[in-house]
This record gives sequence, structure tokens and C-alpha cells, in this order.
Amino acid sequence: MPAKASRAAFGEALLELGARDERIVTLDADLSKSTMTVSFAKKFPGRAFNLGIAESNMVGVAAGLALTGKIPFACSFACFVVGRFETIRISVAYTNANVKIVGTHSGIAIGEDGYSQMGLEDIACIRALPNIGIIQPADELETRQVIAHAVEHQGPLYLRLTRQNLEPVCPPDYRFQLGRWLVLRRGHDVTLIGTGGTVFNCLEAAKLLEKDGITADVINAACIKPLDDETLVRSVGRTGHVVTVEDHSIAGGLGGAVAETLADVLPMPLKRLGVQGFGESGDAKGLYAKHGLDPAGIAASVKKFLNR
Amino acid sequence: MAEVRLEAIARECRVQILRMLAHAGSGHPGGSLSVIDILTTIYFGRLRHDPTRPDWPERDRVVLSKGHAVPALYSVLAKAGYFPEKQLITLRKLGSPLQGHPDRTMLPGIEAATGSLGQGLSISLGLALGLKLSGSAARVYCVLGDGEIQEGQIWEAAMSAPKLGQPGHPLDNLVAILDYNKIQLDNFVTKILDLEPVLTKWQSFGWPVVEIDGHDIAQIVKALDHAEATRGVPTFVVAHTVKGKGVSFMENDPEWHGKAPKPAEAIAGIREILGVTEGGWEDYLKTDSATRAIVDELGTLGKK
Repeated sequence: MPAKASRAAFGEALLELGARDERIVTLDADLSKSTMTVSFAKKFPGRAFNLGIAESNMVGVAAGLALTGKIPFACSFACFVVGRFETIRISVAYTNANVKIVGTHSGIAIGEDGYSQMGLEDIACIRALPNIGIIQPADELETRQVIAHAVEHQGPLYLRLTRQNLEPVCPPDYRFQLGRWLVLRRGHDVTLIGTGGTVFNCLEAAKLLEKDGITADVINAACIKPLDDETLVRSVGRTGHVVTVEDHSIAGGLGGAVAETLADVLPMPLKRLGVQGFGESGDAKGLYAKHGLDPAGIAASVKKFLNR
Repeated sequence: MAEVRLEAIARECRVQILRMLAHAGSGHPGGSLSVIDILTTIYFGRLRHDPTRPDWPERDRVVLSKGHAVPALYSVLAKAGYFPEKQLITLRKLGSPLQGHPDRTMLPGIEAATGSLGQGLSISLGLALGLKLSGSAARVYCVLGDGEIQEGQIWEAAMSAPKLGQPGHPLDNLVAILDYNKIQLDNFVTKILDLEPVLTKWQSFGWPVVEIDGHDIAQIVKALDHAEATRGVPTFVVAHTVKGKGVSFMENDPEWHGKAPKPAEAIAGIREILGVTEGGWEDYLKTDSATRAIVDELGTLGKK
């Protein structure tokens, strides 16, 4: 499988699922060409609604549609849709409306457009809300399964997708399950946990580390909420060290979730890698290097963390 | 004749509003009393619903977007049979499904969580669209507060509603009713952020607008008839109301936006709502055992 953006895989999955399930509808806020729902809108014009640049209303309309039995996918850039937090909080989470909120263009990986377009605090915001799960698929295969799961899942979900292409990381026989993480590589010295676009970089970092005699468990944490505490504890209990890697603010994301869980059940040395401060314009590669999220940066942080 | 019946129900509901607020010791009497004639007319004059089957897919939907007026909604839901009237005095108490603002997951009959202002109209658009897409004939009633429509999301929804679902599924199954009582929490609406000219604002957004006296049940019925007969677009009803309507010392006073009556004040209010003079009150209570029980209960509460 060639590398593909999870937003693109989402758009394709929605086309297939939409043909089988008439309850599926899409909502957009003038970014359907970017969120990739545009093909769905062409194929099912009566089930695709562009609400204009009015994300709060989009989220509320999605909630109302869900309450009549539709399965709405409410889509925009991660920062814009989660930015309407109060509407998500009351109209979706508290109402327990079966809305699938889709945030694309997550992280500094979007590059040149700069900070205002980067979803960097979305996981932290949604994590604080009861009722809503958070899923961030790592490649095309997983994205397709996550979208299919979202259609079947009763209850609100936040799906975090990327603009950039993602290299395949999951094996062909992989089956996504809510609340279950996938161990992609086994090691002894450290547990490396990535999510979405950083999973591939964690795998590459593990290869670099192996040359220096450090072996790593590499985990794809597609489910950030609920997280897979069983797999987490089993791996960290064995390796004794954990490093989280995410294209999201260092505060409140995957690293925060892992830190909170381990603090409760198995306190362990933990290093969180993520975005410090605001993002900025630049090429994605350069930004990842600056924030230490590229394979070399991850490997260097791990070595420093392990004092090796 | 129908109006006399609805007026009687609205009077009973006003009594229950004062009763439950006094028991709760907090809450919003002003906006509950201003909206109760509208809610009474919707629930007992129009609504196709079945309190024994609150999830009946073909039911009409009511979204009280001004969620702080939920005592008014609880009073009509109890009267309609969604839950026993004796449960009304659990309002705002720990463990009660009668939350301080509406909670859909805790109380059957509530269509959406509201109370964080400005969100109910968008939900109503989604409900109306979903019903249309499903081929349902059910209608959606959205009740807005005047201070509430200062929220930006309202105007996103206002701009969207006449266009959403066109051409195949226009939202002519939706009516939004503005409880225009002229007062918000801090002060009179004109002193905080004036809405005027509110009619032409909604008209310019593409809504047919009907202007009525929101305490005149015949006018409310007529406005809802008009909305139901309108094809192709949703209807907006500007209902001029009086905050605290029916209780002289609460009427038109911003202080009574969010302050519960003390038991003695609730009893005085109930007497006014029932149109009984101070001198005739004891004699009246001998003829009305239901009110007697409510008053006794409030009397006991006042001694606690």
C-alpha cells in the first residue's frame, strides 16, 4: 500500500459505507475539499450539507440529525471544529448525540499554513469531556476500519486525521478494536508509544536505537480515549521506561493520558515528546526536526532519557 | 373554549413553577413565567406526542433553548404525564432527573441538553432536517430567549435555516418562537445589547416573521397555525411577553430573573395567579384542596 493521508482514506471509506448505510450524512463548514468529504457530496448530494463557515452551527445541526437516527460526520480542521468546544460539550457530549466529529489537518505536520490552522490542543480539549471517545488512526488500513467502526459505534466520537500522507504501519490482518492498542514491535529497554502520524516515526526511531543496542516496544495508540491500560501496563511493566510521541501539544494529549494512567496504577519514568508552545510556518520535515518528532529526534530523546 | 382550557392549564403550571422554585431555593422564575403560555399552548394545543412513549420516532419535538426556564417545561411535562407532579419538588436536588437545566439523558421528554445559551436553534435545525430526510411529518418547536439571541451561534443558525435542506427537504417543519420578555440577567435587554429591529433582522435572513402577544393563547395558536401552513421555509414568531407574568411583584423586574421566591413569597404569588384577594384567601383554600396542600407544604418549608 502506498502512503496515504488519513483524510483521504476517510473520504474513500465514507463513499463505500455511505452506499451501504443511508443513515450516514456529512456536514462541512466550507472545507469539504480539504476534509475529503467532497466525493461523498458528489455521490450523495441529498445527504451532504455544507453549513458555510459556521462550525458551531454545524456541530449543533449534527447533534439534531443524530437525535433523529442519522449518523452525521461533522468535519472541519481539527482546530476549527474543536474550537467550538462549548457546543461540543453541551449539544454533543452532554446530550449524548451520536455525532462523529472529524478533525483533519492535525498537528504541525500541516506545515506552511502555520499555527492558526494546526490542530494542536484538540485532544486535550476532548479528553476532558465525558461520553466522547478519541481515535487517531495511523495509516490507510486503520483509517478505513476506524471509520467503519465509527458508523457502528453508538455514541459520539472524535476522529483525528492528518493532511500528510501516512506510511503503512499496521499488518494486513489487523482488526481495529475500540480501546485496544497494537504492539508493532517488541523490545526490552523502552516502550515507545505513538499515535497517528508519529507511529511510523517511532518505528523508524526504534530501528536507529537498535543499532545502538537499545530495543523498544513500539505501540500504535490509535485509541487515546479510552486508552488501552492493559497493553500499556503490560509493556511498561516489562521495559520500565515509557516515551510518548505525538504531533499535539505536550499538555493534555496522549502523553498526558499515559502519565495520568501510569501515575494511578504503575508510576514509571516517563518522557513526553510533543509540540512545545505554538506551532509556526515551515516545511513539515523541518518542523518535525525542530520539535524532535522525527526518527533521529525521537531516538536522541530516548537515549538521553535512558542515560545511554 | 379551547383557550379557556389552556388558560386554566397555564395557571396550574404557574402555581407549580412557584412551588418547585421555592422548594429548590434557587432557579429562574421570571423567564419561566414569561414562557409558560407558549409552552402550554404547544404541549396541550398542538403537540403530537405520547408521554408513555417519549422516544416515539414520529413525535413532534420541543427544544427549550432558553434552558434556564426549565421549571416551566417540567410543569407542562408533569401535567402531560411524563412523570408524577409530586416529583416537581425534587427540582435541583441531588439525584433528581429534574436538573437545574435540561438533561436529555436523565429525564424522558427532554429532547436536548440546553442552558448553555445559543445552541438550541442549531439542534432544532438538525432535528427538522433529520425528520424531513426520514419522510416524517413531525414538527419541531424551538423556544428562544431574547437575551439568548445575542449569541453568535443563533445567527449562524438563522442564516442557515431558510436554505438548509433546499430544495428537496426545506425546514418548513420548524418554528422558532422568541420569548421576548425584554429582560436578561443583568438588566433590561435594551440596556445590555438591544435586539431591535428584531423583526426585520429575522426577515432579512429569510424567515417569515409573525409578531404576537405571547400571553394571548388565541394569538399563539394562530401563529402556530400560520407556521404549519407555511411551505418552503421555517417560521419565526416574536412573542412579546412580560417577565414574571402573573405575579405583580416579579413582573418586569430584572431582580426576578434568577432568584427563587421564599415560601411566603411563593404563596403570595400563587394567590395572585389564582386571582384571589388577600381577604378571601382562607375561604378560597377551603374550596381548593389541591392548592391547600401546596400552600401547607410551602408553609412547612417556610418554618424549616
